[in-house]
Amino acid sequence: MEERIAMMRDDPAVDLTVDGSGVGGLLASVFGGEMTATPGQCAHCNTVSIVGTMRAYTRGPGVVLRCPACAEVVIRIVETPTATIVDVRGVSYLRIERAAGR
Amino acid sequence: MPLDWQLATVTAVRNETPTVRSFTLRLPGWAGHRPGQHVDLRLTAEDGYSVERSYSIASEPERTGEVDITVERIPGGEVSPFLHEAVVPGDRLEVRGPIGGYFVWEAALGGPLLLVAGGSGVVPLMAMARHRAKAGSHVPARLLFSSRGPDEIIYRAELDRLAAAGDGFAVAHTLTRQQPPGWTGYARRIDEQMLTEVVEPLGAAIRAYACGPTALVETVANGLVRLGLPADRIRTERFGPTGT
Repeated sequence: MEERIAMMRDDPAVDLTVDGSGVGGLLASVFGGEMTATPGQCAHCNTVSIVGTMRAYTRGPGVVLRCPACAEVVIRIVETPTATIVDVRGVSYLRIERAAGR
Repeated sequence: MPLDWQLATVTAVRNETPTVRSFTLRLPGWAGHRPGQHVDLRLTAEDGYSVERSYSIASEPERTGEVDITVERIPGGEVSPFLHEAVVPGDRLEVRGPIGGYFVWEAALGGPLLLVAGGSGVVPLMAMARHRAKAGSHVPARLLFSSRGPDEIIYRAELDRLAAAGDGFAVAHTLTRQQPPGWTGYARRIDEQMLTEVVEPLGAAIRAYACGPTALVETVANGLVRLGLPADRIRTERFGPTGT
């Protein structure tokens, strides 16, 4: 955690982000249930982090979630008037507990 | 379980500070929430343009069928000025939730509990404190609350009452910019020394929740790790610039 925090402090762009928790509503609508307590592994650096602690960039046309350890893109979500486009190339897995109300 | 938008009716509006206001939202289809969770609010203009914002729930789950949200007015924001200036009891707002499963504390999780807040970061922590009181929990708990000045302390009177209840809840305030005459609390930004002093009576195996601006949350999380608290006992919620 210390490592991650140090990294985030060095990145001025972090000030333009919110926690993954802040886009929990969008994630729930895409994945069909609560996602912010879900662990996911970054496909770039293999760090497992809780989705709610990932960095969410929300100021673009879509939402980009980045790994809190290596800052690479893990999930991208774009909503168009007719569809939701989800790019999960940056995660090697998400561990979604069935008990979490789904 | 799909997360659908539902129509909430505003039943009460209260000023907490000159720039912070609470709204009670009646939600007939509300399934209940856990302290620390939030809701998304959606405003849609006549031309179809819509904006969404995420707001922490301030009320305890023991209150059913409605939730309180507490909103700081962000100058130049798209949503908070509208909520402050235009929304009155009887208005209806689109809401979905509850959202979040990470930044959550329930009495059953136990403690001792350390809550650290900066400004309106106190909102989800207030849901935890209210829940703790309503659930009859005697888990030792302390809130370290950083505000700019005495008039900007959100929930001040209620926090005084909770701390006076004698059930193990204490509040330490720090006022970073302006202190009233005779102020005996802290008068600086939260630092490691302050954390050490506030944590000390709680012992070692605490659960910590910190919510506020990024810099405050990082100071708290780093400080607690250095004090020896395992990272998995520290939950954080930062609010960035989009919480307008």
